[in-house]
Amino acid sequence: MAEEVLVFGAWGSPFSRRVEMALKLKGIEYKYIEEDLTNKSPSLLKYNPVHKKIPVLVHNGKPVAESLVILEYIDETWKDHPILPKDPYERANARFWAKFIDEKCLSAIFKACWGACWGEEKEHEKAEIEHEKAVKEVSELLQFLENELKEKRYFGGETVGLLDIAANTIGYWLGVFEEASGVELLTREKFPKLCNWANEFVCVTAIKENLPPRDKLIAYFRNRFGAGNASK
Amino acid sequence: MADEVVLLDFWPSMFGMRVRIALAEKGIKYEYKEEDLRNKSPLLLEMSPIHKKIPVFIHNGKPVCESLIIVQYIDDVWKDKCPLLPTDPYQRAHSRFWADFVDKKVYEVSRKVWATNGEEKKAGKKEFIEIFKILEGELGDKPYYGGETFGFVDLSLIPFYSWFYAIETLGEFNLEAECPKIVAWAKRCLQKETVAKTLPDQKKVYEFVGQMRKRFGLE
Repeated sequence: MAEEVLVFGAWGSPFSRRVEMALKLKGIEYKYIEEDLTNKSPSLLKYNPVHKKIPVLVHNGKPVAESLVILEYIDETWKDHPILPKDPYERANARFWAKFIDEKCLSAIFKACWGACWGEEKEHEKAEIEHEKAVKEVSELLQFLENELKEKRYFGGETVGLLDIAANTIGYWLGVFEEASGVELLTREKFPKLCNWANEFVCVTAIKENLPPRDKLIAYFRNRFGAGNASK
Repeated sequence: MADEVVLLDFWPSMFGMRVRIALAEKGIKYEYKEEDLRNKSPLLLEMSPIHKKIPVFIHNGKPVCESLIIVQYIDDVWKDKCPLLPTDPYQRAHSRFWADFVDKKVYEVSRKVWATNGEEKKAGKKEFIEIFKILEGELGDKPYYGGETFGFVDLSLIPFYSWFYAIETLGEFNLEAECPKIVAWAKRCLQKETVAKTLPDQKKVYEFVGQMRKRFGLE
């Protein structure tokens, strides 16, 4: 029976790109549907009525939502190129760090680059202190990831795994945010391993083919969030 | 080799309760260590250096953190008894999605009721009922979220039942009137020995919440 795999996504979203990266790694053909997030399609709302968000994977008519849930579904359905380790402890570890990245890192990075609430008027001094605090927090979070990488080529070991894919926000989008806002966060002197990993990560074919164009992404974030919080 | 299993926990934590229920379902013997969250033990800080939170599950000296990750780990390791997740990948994804929904929404919205006053509390109560109506919709006419048997989503949500009395009393509403299927489902879960023995008494939780509110200056 022919399989039908649909991916509802947004070109600049690291979350929908994760899904595409995993499918590409496993050699799964799919149809991509670009969503206009300011004007969500009836299909998206039908397939994800609870959160009304992308990405959604629809496999033979059945929807799966939430990028990390989708990644696990992909791994369990298509067994080639496994992205989760076999060992239960290693699996728990990968899940822990993926959750850490999603729950802690992204919002801290945004705060450091553009301040907690874009569009809000802030007292100049207060904004300075909060910015320093946010940069320090990102540094601490990145240090955890640096330590977790150890001497491995990828978080997944010799090959790209679920955690590498989940860390696409760090591996590619972080650099974009840095350039768009002028704030330096992932420096080579502080995070040599993470920097090396990011370079390797973006060279993997399945990943490279699924990265949105850098200039377009930088322009998008600059337009949306302003010039950024770079300290003078 | 005998397994060494330790759980660092805090009795009113819904997250800790999830792990306790999972362990009871699988019949796993373990050492329970109660943490004083205002004075965290060196062991907790060593085993959960990132978040410094409970529950922490320590299996033969190796720590696993985050309640739903712990439950999946337990299901992976002790896989021959009482599976907590379904075997079909789509059903598994469906369970993970809803457990994730509980994680993202229920604790926060509960806090908006028990840890606030006045207008904030009113808004919190409205949101709480909305979230539970969504959960009620997902349950439908099934006996459990897992279908015919108690499963991963049931386990992730049922601990919040022990906080219902506190939330209803402080929020001044009756959850049974608003979401009758949820309350019926909860009572059904409580007929399971593993759940009944794990969940603390609702009045005890209410007293605990009262103490927290005093500490936050809300009373």
